[in-house]
Amino acid sequence: MREIMIVTRESLINLILAAVLLAVPFAADAFGQPFYVTLATRIAILALAATGLNLALGLGGLVSFGHAAFFGIGGYVAGILAAHAFSGDPLLFGLSGTKQMWVIWIVAVIISGLVGLAIGAISLRTSGVYFIMITLAFAQMVYYFAISWPAYGGEDGLSILVRNQFPGVNTMRPLTFFLICYVVLLLALALFALIRASRFGTALQAARQNEVRVATVGIQPYRIRLTGFAISAAVTGLAGALFADLNRFVSPSMLSWHMSGELIVLIILGGTGRLFGPLAGAALYVIFEYALGGLTERWQFFLGLILLVVVLFARGGLLGLLAGKAKHG
Amino acid sequence: MVEPVLQISNLAKNFGALRATDGVTLDLRPGEIHALIGPNGAGKSTLIHQICGTLRQDSGTIRFAGQDIGSLGVAQRAQLGLGRTFQVSSIAPDFSGLRNVMLAVQAKQGSSFRFFKPVMRDRSLIDTAMAMLERVGLTARARIPAAELSHGERRQLEIAMALALGSKAFLLDEPMAGMGPEGSKSLTRFLDTLRHEAPILLVEHDMDAVFALADRISVLVYGRIIATGTVEEIRRDPTVRTAYLGDHA
Repeated sequence: MREIMIVTRESLINLILAAVLLAVPFAADAFGQPFYVTLATRIAILALAATGLNLALGLGGLVSFGHAAFFGIGGYVAGILAAHAFSGDPLLFGLSGTKQMWVIWIVAVIISGLVGLAIGAISLRTSGVYFIMITLAFAQMVYYFAISWPAYGGEDGLSILVRNQFPGVNTMRPLTFFLICYVVLLLALALFALIRASRFGTALQAARQNEVRVATVGIQPYRIRLTGFAISAAVTGLAGALFADLNRFVSPSMLSWHMSGELIVLIILGGTGRLFGPLAGAALYVIFEYALGGLTERWQFFLGLILLVVVLFARGGLLGLLAGKAKHG
Repeated sequence: MVEPVLQISNLAKNFGALRATDGVTLDLRPGEIHALIGPNGAGKSTLIHQICGTLRQDSGTIRFAGQDIGSLGVAQRAQLGLGRTFQVSSIAPDFSGLRNVMLAVQAKQGSSFRFFKPVMRDRSLIDTAMAMLERVGLTARARIPAAELSHGERRQLEIAMALALGSKAFLLDEPMAGMGPEGSKSLTRFLDTLRHEAPILLVEHDMDAVFALADRISVLVYGRIIATGTVEEIRRDPTVRTAYLGDHA
């Protein structure tokens, strides 16, 4: 009975989180405060990026310090495709750019997934601190590549003059764009929940808990982790494409290691491995950034303090604090 | 003669100047329990690591179920039906006992790349896993997180997983370690029935269990097998008595 109660309690909190995130932009829009709509959109996109990382980190125990690479690659896919569509210059093999979001999303998912496969194939041969360092190194390579590549703005980044389009709606309207991001987030969360409960998710989580046990039953942990890492990269890449459209700007800062760290912080704040951990963490982070950032430039110092408290006293993050210990089948 | 399930020939492994495994030849025949005994530091663990694939031998061959497995990885050897338990039980602690066994069942089915169907609604996984748990007597504790199981229950859980793999041979590394007298007795009874499922290579310190169960015993000292024989032969063997058994026999 107690187990069932805990499950419903976490689901209830999740439901409330999702409802509040949906309600705030509507209220803000009604009161003519588009800034808050943008803030909510930022939360949704960061939550999406962190949900991607949560697959690798939360389920697989793979502490990737290089997910900014996938986030940035997704962003550059959006920026580059839009730039070519705007200028009319052909891209590769005579293909033209596009302003259609759904095409951009597919390309972002495929490219960041493939890059995730390549980075993972090498990084996953290591573990522990070495894994953290090697993923960081790969992400920094992508970062410096973007800085030194003048064709797409180099250090200055790349602007998207008009936000990309989605059939039938006006994406320039903040509330509309928020709803697009919100639906994508919900779909990603559904994917996370399905994977977590599936055979693949079982193997991925078992590999986190006990690699030797997984091999002993005849499953190769490497293949499971590599697949998980690539899916994780693809989801974070999708978030990057949306982030570029939110800001209508892509720059190497999306690829920097600060971004990788930020995604890890979001997950730890919200609750590692929990379905709504990334959303709780992203909400907390963006609200801090906004509330404390208005008071002091050194807001990250206070964020650091909070993180310290979470790591020391609330290992399950915000959701762990509210909903109790995570439960596995 | 029936072909052995597991055949180890002239296996050798050195760590620097230390000959951890020194020309070991050993086989496991259908239906038997073959006990491997030896003092601490004799190289039992090193030998087990080579059989299950965590260590690669320097020379010699390991044949299992009719093929040379000496260069295969741990997971591949397990897929061929080499079921093993550990000296310190190896389980996924956050999962329930049931889900641990379900992991083995899905591995046996070769279907770990399914992303959408929830395992907890998958009767084919649950029913098979529950049947295995019932065989080891863990039905009542199936849904408790494995981390909360007692030492003996974890051992039962490991055996249930090895059963779920449809193992062609069991490699049990000191299953009696840390078990109370009652636990040892009931586990001994259970292993006695397990041999009909598949032969067992039993590494064990508990001589009562070894003498009660083993069809044959091999004695490993300083990386070498100094004697192989029936319980009576080993009890009588003078080299074994001086090297290992001492007053115990």
